[in-house]
Amino acid sequence: MARLTLAEALRQAIREEMQRDENVYCIGEDIGIPGGWGGAFTVTLGLEKEFPDRIINTPISEAGFFGVALGSSLKGLRPIVDVQYGDFLFCAMDQIANQIAKLRYMSGGKLKTPVVMRAPVGFTGRGAQHSQMLEPFFQCLPGIKILVPATAYDAKGLLKSAVRDDNPVLIFEHKLLYGAKGARTEPGSVDASSEIPDEEYTIPIGKGIVRRQGTDVTIIATLLMMHRACEAAEMLEKENIKAEIIDPRCLVPFDWEIVKESISKTGRIVIVEESPRNGGVGAEIAAKVAEEMLDYLIAPVKRVAAPDTPAPFSPALEKFYVSDAEKIVKAVKEIINISS
Amino acid sequence: MKPETDRLLEFYRKMVLIREFEERVKLLFLEGIMPGTIHQYQGQEACAVGVCSALKEGDVITSTHRPHGHCIAMGMDIRKMMAELFGKSTGCCKGKGGSMHMGDIEKGVVPAIAIVGGGIPIATGLGLAFKMKKQDFVAVCFMGDGATNEGTFHESLNMASIWNLPVVYVVENNLYGASTHISLVMKVERISERACAYKIPGITADGNDVLEVYQKAQEAVERARTGNGPTLLELLTYRITGHSRRDPALYQPGEEKKKALENEPIKRFSNYLTSLGISTETLEDIRNRVKKEIEDAVKFAMESPNPQPEDTLDDLFV
Repeated sequence: MARLTLAEALRQAIREEMQRDENVYCIGEDIGIPGGWGGAFTVTLGLEKEFPDRIINTPISEAGFFGVALGSSLKGLRPIVDVQYGDFLFCAMDQIANQIAKLRYMSGGKLKTPVVMRAPVGFTGRGAQHSQMLEPFFQCLPGIKILVPATAYDAKGLLKSAVRDDNPVLIFEHKLLYGAKGARTEPGSVDASSEIPDEEYTIPIGKGIVRRQGTDVTIIATLLMMHRACEAAEMLEKENIKAEIIDPRCLVPFDWEIVKESISKTGRIVIVEESPRNGGVGAEIAAKVAEEMLDYLIAPVKRVAAPDTPAPFSPALEKFYVSDAEKIVKAVKEIINISS
Repeated sequence: MKPETDRLLEFYRKMVLIREFEERVKLLFLEGIMPGTIHQYQGQEACAVGVCSALKEGDVITSTHRPHGHCIAMGMDIRKMMAELFGKSTGCCKGKGGSMHMGDIEKGVVPAIAIVGGGIPIATGLGLAFKMKKQDFVAVCFMGDGATNEGTFHESLNMASIWNLPVVYVVENNLYGASTHISLVMKVERISERACAYKIPGITADGNDVLEVYQKAQEAVERARTGNGPTLLELLTYRITGHSRRDPALYQPGEEKKKALENEPIKRFSNYLTSLGISTETLEDIRNRVKKEIEDAVKFAMESPNPQPEDTLDDLFV
């Protein structure tokens, strides 16, 4: 048992999977450069020493190397594609949306495309093009599984499952949760480290987890927002409001059962997201709850989300923009006041 | 008959099979019997047959929105191809691909990529897999002239060059990207000139001469197979049909079209074969057998069942 940061846990998962299966390899920008960073956030740091032929550093050619990863997967390789910032996924969007997501389906199920994609996200004082939350852009794209680990333990177990999955899997990793050290330390980081067991484990894709038990309201949150929801729950506790926190851990497939079970108990739901409100993950959850679970509710569904603008740079503006514990507390109180 | 003659006649048979297949499909489409849209290959048969004949089992190709010729040249079952065009469950992609996505990985054909330039990185990745697995296979990436203006062309050829990958990039230059003439969209006279940006061989060949295509493809494939890296092979050809559907190709000038018809690959190759002493009866016999095979494929396709509506939900995830 050792306490690892999220970046270290991801690195351990990659190392173990590369040791287990020689078809697993990493491809991306600024990985495997001696004296470099191990990707933008240290996840692959040093792996090139152990696997000199399987850490493939690319030119700045996102569309190109996402397609290369896909092509290689058709002949039995299992690529882990690394992009510096999630925002750059848009450069590779044809390969992701038209090729990676669809090739198996178009083939009538004859092909397997086990491509793992890793993308750092989150608002971190970098302005509009190095910050975005991207889940909504990919959630509506059939053919790709989407993982959103909030802790080091989950990150390791989910990444290992992703590598073993025969389907394309996209993992969003939050920059404030990596726990990167040294020159790559991220100001404002949140501790997402975990005790990692010595023995091997994986976490099944599609299973959410109850992070905190409660009876008054269900808060659904992922990545950094899961941690903000925990802060909010502490604050609410002081006012004798007991919040239950659900971390779905995966957006596709989504664990609807765990949501149903929770709101059947609490009767109230607040969905927290870091991305803009319009067409977001919260919209989909709210719609499904309205369609299938309305009878459980004693209060309207509430969303906490960013405004529908690009991310501003100024710290003063970013604070307004990003969802936080105070905003979650306010939202919870609003629906409790209506319904009690 | 000498083995060399057999080989030539096999080239001829495949080219005629592509031509007759496409002509039959055109008819079915214009009669309103066949659904969807089609991009046809008439006039470019020497490219597919010349290149694919230079490959061995285990090699693989990526194709484009105009894939029928490549599929046939790789030896795919034309019954399954025809069924796919009709959207039947017996099709090579169970009716989920259609004309623009047909393929059969067992025959070395990745489901065709219908986004222009979309297949170039994928072929490059196939080459990377062969190299990492230390296999002596080759990936061939078919594309049109238009695709060489896409960013993926640059990104992919650069990566294949720096990593020395076993990939042959085949550009079938038919002078038009949809309706736009090549002179409006690039200044280079030969697309193969672009190879110099990647320090790889760039070769232009007569894409309507199946033997020249075969020879240049063999050289490029050999380079790739022996670890000497990628080649950009430009084949000069002409599409003697519209871009898609009912396109009458009014943008192709009459004089240019007339010349192209004189220069079309099957007519040229027939003349060559008869000059070697092969009888016109032999060639006619091949064409008649091909036509029968196609009628059999049409019958198979039309008699095949439709997929069940709920089959829509299958084949997304493993």
